[in-house]
Amino acid sequence: MTDTVAAALARVRGPAAPVRHNARTIAALTGNPDCRRRAVLDAAGVDKTALAQYVGHPARYGQSPFAIIRGHAFEARVKADGYAALRALVAAKLPGADVAGPAVDLGDGGADNAARYARTRAVLGGDEVALADHPLLRLSVAGQHVYLEPDLVACRVAGRLHVVEVKSFPVLDGRADPAKVAAAAVQAAVYVLGLRELRAAGGADPDAVATDALLVCPRDFGHEPTVAVLDLRRQVAVLRRQLRRLARVADLLADLPADFTVDLGGEGGAPARPPGAVAAALARLAARYTPDCLAACELAYHCRAEAAGSTAALGPAVREELGGVPDVAAVLAYADGAPPADPTQAEAAAVLRRAARLRAEALAGAAVWEC
Amino acid sequence: MLSALARAQAAATGVAQPLTTVGHLHAAAAPLVCVPLALAGETLAPLAALVGTDRAAPRLLVVPQPRNRDLRFAFAAALAAEVLPYLDARRGATEDVPADRGRQVRVRYLDAPQVWVPNPGGVEFVRLLGRSLRFRRTDGEHPVPAAVPRLGCWLTFLADRAELPGSALLVAATAALGAHWATGQSAVEDAHLPALLAWIDPPEGRTGAGAAAAAEDPAVTPPAGPATDPAFDRDVLAPLVAAYDRGAPDAPGRLAAALRGQLTPAWDAVWRAYDLLAALPPGATVAARWGQDRDAFTGYAAHLDEGGLPQPRHDSAVAAAARLHRLERAAATYALQRAYDDPLVLADHRLAGEAFRGEVVLADPTRVDDSGRRPVLRPRITVRSADPLHLAPGTALCAPGRPKQRATLVSVEGRDAVLELRGGMGRGRTPEAGSVPEVGEVVTYTTLTDAFAPAPAFPAPEDTPWTHGGPPADPAGGDPRGGAEVPGDPPAGAPPEPVPAG
Repeated sequence: MTDTVAAALARVRGPAAPVRHNARTIAALTGNPDCRRRAVLDAAGVDKTALAQYVGHPARYGQSPFAIIRGHAFEARVKADGYAALRALVAAKLPGADVAGPAVDLGDGGADNAARYARTRAVLGGDEVALADHPLLRLSVAGQHVYLEPDLVACRVAGRLHVVEVKSFPVLDGRADPAKVAAAAVQAAVYVLGLRELRAAGGADPDAVATDALLVCPRDFGHEPTVAVLDLRRQVAVLRRQLRRLARVADLLADLPADFTVDLGGEGGAPARPPGAVAAALARLAARYTPDCLAACELAYHCRAEAAGSTAALGPAVREELGGVPDVAAVLAYADGAPPADPTQAEAAAVLRRAARLRAEALAGAAVWEC
Repeated sequence: MLSALARAQAAATGVAQPLTTVGHLHAAAAPLVCVPLALAGETLAPLAALVGTDRAAPRLLVVPQPRNRDLRFAFAAALAAEVLPYLDARRGATEDVPADRGRQVRVRYLDAPQVWVPNPGGVEFVRLLGRSLRFRRTDGEHPVPAAVPRLGCWLTFLADRAELPGSALLVAATAALGAHWATGQSAVEDAHLPALLAWIDPPEGRTGAGAAAAAEDPAVTPPAGPATDPAFDRDVLAPLVAAYDRGAPDAPGRLAAALRGQLTPAWDAVWRAYDLLAALPPGATVAARWGQDRDAFTGYAAHLDEGGLPQPRHDSAVAAAARLHRLERAAATYALQRAYDDPLVLADHRLAGEAFRGEVVLADPTRVDDSGRRPVLRPRITVRSADPLHLAPGTALCAPGRPKQRATLVSVEGRDAVLELRGGMGRGRTPEAGSVPEVGEVVTYTTLTDAFAPAPAFPAPEDTPWTHGGPPADPAGGDPRGGAEVPGDPPAGAPPEPVPAG
């Protein structure tokens, strides 16, 4: 990343410390790749939770302490006694697997990113270690490197590195919640790409990172772990393509005024910025709101408030059915017979007019058949 | 498309807009409402439930330490004590229904249960609870009362039935409301029952949009479960459960009060949803679908009376194919019946070009087709329609007003469609009066037909072809009604996990 881009991103963020990417944020980034607001704010490491709170639309999701405790307890169980349970599961799932080698926990909080990354690279570039916990990965996102601190174990089986994800959602009668499995698969694909970049950066063969990930979940209603193999070939290919397509942050920054910032102020004796001014600054950075953002982005409630009166706020399917007309007011005007402002909307306007007539006719008519 | 327009209208006016002109759901006279809560993070750890048939007097069931399996089974037994008597009370008077073209008589109960939960998450809770209970044993290492596996079987039956389009035995309030009204928010936000109700039935002096925004704050309006508000878990529930574990004497009472506070708004909301749907005039085929629900209830009650086994963990290949066929058939029938019952639903089909409405301008009611071996009555009519006619000649059509009569599109010229009719005209060489549309009559024809599609002949389980895994290893598991405890299955829920400190 060039100095000017780094400086511009630092200015966007202000003096606050940057927030670190994780696989969830990268997965979400590729889930809504056209959202410039998210791309720039995430690249700058802006604390979106604090920002959303400040502009009056706090995020409404959090995790229950019970879920956190259960997740930690399950993970501890899988990793207890030198990863005994995990070794047994992998050996049972991948025939001929020998995972008796040493395990290393790379999750050393003290060292800085560069040192930890170098250590991760040394460990995963060699072939002595069978299990590497908490590696630090690096991924190129939107033209710059971001560090990932995945909660993952890299497991070497027959010369290949496999991503092992430990999740606390259950596999019941051999089936798990498809949405949760899909989310876990995208996250695992992020890790596969991160591991491949790491191998390539160290001059090792990136293809030694397998696209078969191992998903470890509790079985049925208890706490016994079970393992499933996830084939990530599709997710890895999709993710790689989407990451390549992500508009470069430098281009997005070029469209913004030179003094653009979402700094809340108030630090180091500076006067706090009025929330209205922060919201106005945000409005210069176009968002692409869809209702799915509510579950994926800290800023979603703010974007939803901005999107009031648009058909996008009703959901992408509804917007499409309304012929892609962006405003609710325009939809209703067309339904009333107003001529389309934009000739490309002529067809949508005609369908809307007819739909409104049929709807009114059915609502006015009695529910009795004419026969 | 019409529902998308209705959403836009709702967004502009601030009030939900109707999607139907009639109700498509049977509202039972005596429903059982159940609002469950589950502990976050666990596969299924019931935390509390409000349950009952009297909206003024719900019964509160609480599991003070949801990780304790004895308390969990005490919850199941208490729930069984509420639900099983309700189910048994539906088994009163019966009626005889002719079957097999009148050659036989089938008996069914006049009533059936109708259980209301707030949302699809509630249906999933019923399914999971059914799965966790139905294989429990009344003997052996961890015996449970006989009512517990019986409740598990019934809950599984209800959850299975809820998959069937048009069934009304287990109703998710959000889904039922969403099928009848369009709000000015997205489907994602409609999943929140208080917000959905705020759009449909806003409090006095407020718009639906404003009331829905207020209903979204979990601190003001708790979520309708089964997942609890994480902030409630952190600030209220976790300290109270910890106090219970320490043996604090007031902990059970305070837990019950806190959980009642979380559940009561959802309890009231489900009853409001019931009232709203019960107030709609029912569509013409609602009673027939309820009859099928009563058939299913009667059949399953008899199955359990005969000591039938619980539903298997997995369907065998043959049972799965049969189930898929049933679901597809029910979905097609339900779509057809809704369109026939409701001009507003049919309007959507007209917009999509699958139906048209117009005036009969020519009629030849006594036309006879004698090109075959024997002459047959095949009247023709010409319908002039303002709807665009994009259907291909030869398309089979049906008129909602004459469900027994089939029409075939012969040709389309401009705004005129020529139709040939067969059936539903009596046995003579001339059609019965009124059976053929007359000139001047306004008619609607649609491509939606309930043309009889015989069930495919599925093989017996022991003849399952190799393409589908071959015959099931355990023949009992292959019988859709069979299924047995798999040896070595661990007891539901591991021993209680100690709650880590802090």
